[in-house]
Amino acid sequence: MGIKTRILTTTATLAASAALCLPAAADEVKIGVVTFLSGGAAGPFGVPARNAAELVIEAINDGSLPAPYNSAGLAGDTIAPIYVDENSKQKNADFQKLVEKDGVELVLGYISSSSCKAIAPEAEKLKKLTVLFDCGTPQIFEEIVTEPKYTFRTAATATMDNVAAARYLMDTGATSDRVAGINQNYAWGQDSWRDFSASMAQLASKAEIVTEQYPKVYAGQYGSEISAILTKRPDVVHSSFWGGDMEAFVIQGSARGVFERSKVVLTAGETAMHSLAKQIPDGTIIGARGPHGDLAPDSALNDWFRAAYEAKFGSLPTYPSYKMAQALLGVKSAADKAGASSQDAIIAALAGLEWEGPSGKVSMALAGGHQAIQDTAYGTFKLTEDGKGSLVDIIRYDATCVNPPEGKISIEWINAGFDGASCN
Amino acid sequence: MLTAVAIAVDGLGFAAWLFLSSVGLTLIYGVMRILNIAHGGFYALGAYASAWAIGLYMQTGQPVALAFLIIPVMAVLAGTVAGLLIERGVLRFMYGRDEVLMVLVTYALFLILEDVTKLIWGTDSYVAWQPAYALGTIDIMGIPYTGYKFMIIGVAVVCGGALYWGLSHTRVGKLLLVVIEDREVAGSLGINVTRFFTVTFLVGATLGALGGALTAPEISVVPGIGAEIIVMAFAVIVIGGMGSIPGAVIGALIVGLARATSVHLYPPAELFSIYLVMAAVLAVKPYGLFALAEGRKI
Repeated sequence: MGIKTRILTTTATLAASAALCLPAAADEVKIGVVTFLSGGAAGPFGVPARNAAELVIEAINDGSLPAPYNSAGLAGDTIAPIYVDENSKQKNADFQKLVEKDGVELVLGYISSSSCKAIAPEAEKLKKLTVLFDCGTPQIFEEIVTEPKYTFRTAATATMDNVAAARYLMDTGATSDRVAGINQNYAWGQDSWRDFSASMAQLASKAEIVTEQYPKVYAGQYGSEISAILTKRPDVVHSSFWGGDMEAFVIQGSARGVFERSKVVLTAGETAMHSLAKQIPDGTIIGARGPHGDLAPDSALNDWFRAAYEAKFGSLPTYPSYKMAQALLGVKSAADKAGASSQDAIIAALAGLEWEGPSGKVSMALAGGHQAIQDTAYGTFKLTEDGKGSLVDIIRYDATCVNPPEGKISIEWINAGFDGASCN
Repeated sequence: MLTAVAIAVDGLGFAAWLFLSSVGLTLIYGVMRILNIAHGGFYALGAYASAWAIGLYMQTGQPVALAFLIIPVMAVLAGTVAGLLIERGVLRFMYGRDEVLMVLVTYALFLILEDVTKLIWGTDSYVAWQPAYALGTIDIMGIPYTGYKFMIIGVAVVCGGALYWGLSHTRVGKLLLVVIEDREVAGSLGINVTRFFTVTFLVGATLGALGGALTAPEISVVPGIGAEIIVMAFAVIVIGGMGSIPGAVIGALIVGLARATSVHLYPPAELFSIYLVMAAVLAVKPYGLFALAEGRKI
């Protein structure tokens, strides 16, 4: 090989290496999107959330969203998503890879409360903007990361779901003297039951807890739990079950008359109200972890979201899809407000931000502007004459009625009689 | 009294399901000395195949009675096809290898089956509730239990009885007991051990698929159900003694009753109770209650 050839080869190699090491083009912003793509939570949660991410990111990049989101990109920069499976034994390592190897500007994801408990401290340690879009445990900013700088959550906590569920029972005049709970045995289920039972103690002084069931997540078989509930003859059965567990409980509980004998509250029941319409008895109280899905208020954005999602995926969006859209629109609002898509710009703008999602207004009102609150709603299930699931007697609750004020710990706020709550 | 009766009925129902879901695992271990982690994959395949086929059938508007026939048909189909592919395609090349290595091999097969299931049926949940509702309910002291649950108890009794009778009263069964006792001696007596391995694996895989297929109408069939059952099935056969069919019966009954007792009397310890019983049994009988005695070879 001649000297000229060698110089040329070396130069070409160096140029190629330099090109590989260069940061991403200035008009592209990499986002890690983490949801369940396998395992039991993939079907009802992870995939609908990923579908929504695909749809909304495409629309953001095209500038095809309804106003005020009709400018292309995040402050003009195109989103390049990297999808990661949350169903992993090494969630923290996956997060580190997104940050250190893939060089994402932000990570948006996490459905499971356990995932969020693991990732929030990691986000603070690695100083990486992380937007939790779904998980519900109030522990994240009350116990795990009490002074967040890099972690945000654009969905309200389980406290909102359960305070509203208790209020709905009272507002609809349901007999609530004997109360039972069946919730999964981890942070989400435990916190949900804690907030619901504490709320019932405040709102219904006669309410007595007759049994508290805590099967493991993904158990699928609830024969013993259902018998235990039936033997205690409760007026109300509360469950924050989600996904396949909730569907299995509906099938087994409905077959054995639990839903006829007691008023059953499914705080996350919305994902099954169409697929199991014939198994959910009329009168079951259904929540959607916010005013999502069938509980979403009318708006141009909601109309676009439902129509575009159904056209692309052949089914209507359920609440995980809504929450993903809500998170992405929050990030877009922050970037557009800041005029830049860099981590620092988005952090500064997202703290305390208010924006409109397909489910209405979202306010980053808690945890120093890092935790969202929003209005919520509950409804009562009714099978229509043409065999479809619908919700009647929908009651909406202001965000300030069912969420604690800034600086208050959820359970202390409930136990203090919802001090400062502003209800219509 | 009501609680005691409920514990007994719930414990029996759960035990029947556990037995059906774990007996194939213990049969394969007894004959082949393979702790078949892929058993969870057979369970999931059976559940998906059954739920999918029942769903299609019910859309035709035909009576639900025939759906009960779909359950064993899909279990046999899923179990034999997947079992044959795995045994002939992979395991036969690995016979005689270290048991730990076989655990890793079957774990890899389990992961492959999980992905195959996802490729065929996607990530959406499947529900096939019609058979679970069709048999109505039976009231016991004012507590309704589904007729379907009693049908599962009946199927478990029939399966257990058939296995017992087959092993102790048929020529093939007696030959199989020789293979279980000592495969080298069995081979030297002219028994075609490899053929017994193939047949046993197919029967074990079909029993795993049957466990899933029978469970499908009671649950929402979702990705990951195979991983859940393998842990529970493992606890059952460890308690009963790995490789022992009577052990699987007793193991399932112990776990079922322990769990039901905990759920009724102290719900927070529901999961703990199963492993507490397992630890207690292993502390006294380290190889399980009905472990086969193994002679020391010199």
